[in-house]
Amino acid sequence: MRLKVIALLAAATLVAACSTNEEEAVATNDTGSTQAAQPAPPPPPPAPSGPAEGSIEQFMQVAGDRVFFAYDSSELSAQAQSTLDAQASWLAAFPAVTITVEGHADERGTDDYNLALSARRAAAARDYLIARGISAGRIETLPLGESRPVATGSNEASWAQNRRSVTVLTAGYSS
Amino acid sequence: MKRAFVTSLALILTLVAVGLPSAPAGAEVRIDITRGNIEPLPIAIPEFFGLNQQEGELGRQIADVVQANLVNSGLFRAIDRAAFNQDSKSLAVRPRFDSWRKIDAQALVSGKVTVEADGRVTVEFRLWDVFAAEHMLGRRYSADSVNWRRVAHVVSDAIYKRITGEDGYFDSQIVYVAKSGPKDNRTHRLAIMDQDGAGHRFLTDGSSLVVKPRFSPARKEIVYLDFYNNTPRVYLFNLETGRREVLGPFNGMTFSPRFSPDGNRVVLTYEERGNSEIYVMDLRTRQSTRLTNDPSIDTSPSFSADGQRIVFESDRGGSQQIYVMNADGSNQHRISFGEGRYGTPVWSPRGDLIAFTKILQGQFYIGVMRPDGTGERLLVQGYHNEGPTWSPNGRVLMYYRETRGDDATTFLYSIDVTGYNERRIPTPGLAADPAWSPLNR
Repeated sequence: MRLKVIALLAAATLVAACSTNEEEAVATNDTGSTQAAQPAPPPPPPAPSGPAEGSIEQFMQVAGDRVFFAYDSSELSAQAQSTLDAQASWLAAFPAVTITVEGHADERGTDDYNLALSARRAAAARDYLIARGISAGRIETLPLGESRPVATGSNEASWAQNRRSVTVLTAGYSS
Repeated sequence: MKRAFVTSLALILTLVAVGLPSAPAGAEVRIDITRGNIEPLPIAIPEFFGLNQQEGELGRQIADVVQANLVNSGLFRAIDRAAFNQDSKSLAVRPRFDSWRKIDAQALVSGKVTVEADGRVTVEFRLWDVFAAEHMLGRRYSADSVNWRRVAHVVSDAIYKRITGEDGYFDSQIVYVAKSGPKDNRTHRLAIMDQDGAGHRFLTDGSSLVVKPRFSPARKEIVYLDFYNNTPRVYLFNLETGRREVLGPFNGMTFSPRFSPDGNRVVLTYEERGNSEIYVMDLRTRQSTRLTNDPSIDTSPSFSADGQRIVFESDRGGSQQIYVMNADGSNQHRISFGEGRYGTPVWSPRGDLIAFTKILQGQFYIGVMRPDGTGERLLVQGYHNEGPTWSPNGRVLMYYRETRGDDATTFLYSIDVTGYNERRIPTPGLAADPAWSPLNR
């Protein structure tokens, strides 16, 4: 019996090593070890790969949190619309989730204008999500102008990354 | 909300004209500050005389501040004190004009400091026209000795006014946004200081993003944008009590606030569902009125000096340009027609010019134009110059300049409206969004 437990634990370790969900795999085998008189349980089903349902990680994986804009524009490109479609589908599946859509601008404008432009961008993303069936009550917007760049270079590649809206999950998601 | 500090504006300055006849107008020492690139006037400013060590030390400090102010204006050149041939004690009796002529001083300042038994300080000064051997100005001030810098600024303003014919700007303050940390994670704090960088203090603790502070005409309050609690709203900040309050019941972002010249109203931008419009709020009734109504970006409003008109920016014509309207929102019309984009317009306290930021072919300029849009002159060019603010006398502009790249810096600069005398304003760290206070009255 002692040997059997050790063997099961070894199996557990092996399963855990193959799984991205270690705790779940270990728990299954711990249960097995306390019922050693019974036949050994079948190997656990493979743990689901990828992030937990309804988590920020899953949202990032299936949709992505941001869309990008052209210079001095709040128009949603085809790619931006595709990202927002995926965001809307995910948000429809997890109706408890609430979000803040941040608007951002690059450093090549004046501050007041960039605040207003980033508000336009956040509103464009927000309106698109509403048109895709997400309730307006779940969405806040936060225009941040050029105050929060993600890329710090002074070149078009950096500016293109900074001209963005970012959908931030604020509540109701799994951790 | 942390109470940051209480300013001591309660300086009691008593002013007495010192009884000597002024020289008649005519061939006297005079600077025409409407001309650019003038030859600075040579001026001698010896340490103010004091009978004991305390008075002597104050006399040296006051003379130093006066000299720095006048030199920084670009209109004066200070003669090295090592060249002086008359000491302060003897000068306090009567200048020996010959000895000052020998070192080419055209103007001379003599002064005397007395510390009273109650701790108050009396500062007396005279301004002399060396070549005419004539007295131009004499004044005596009395103040609490801790306010000696204020006295020095008031003396500087008096000298500036006597020689240029224009009000000075030295007894004034700057409120701005102090920045620290890496470019992608900056901390922003409101800070206030004298126009020469002295007396620097922080007003907020850096826990929330703050943008574009502006003084009330009486200098007792500022309005600014604070992202406290991720809710961007215009706040009214009382500099005497440290108290802050959200301005208005707006249900969206409010930003770019400015006071009216009478201090009774604040004009600002209210963003609702992505659309930015200009509103004016009466601070007495707290009623707000919408002034623009257009799906474009309408922002950066600034009252004219007489309060009758408002200059603002809008992209209603397809790109960011400058517009003027009446204070009730009527007669909105575009005034900028040059190449490029125009923003952040601000009306001069003299009423004669509008300063702005211009973006053209990737360069940022600071410029001025007349209120009808004519006479555009560009004063500063570079990667990023933005947000001009006027000195109280309308002769100098301050703005901020950012550099390129990951390690970008941002600092405050000033330049004469003639386009000369660009100077960096000393700040303890990175700085942006300056606003110049009115002159203390």
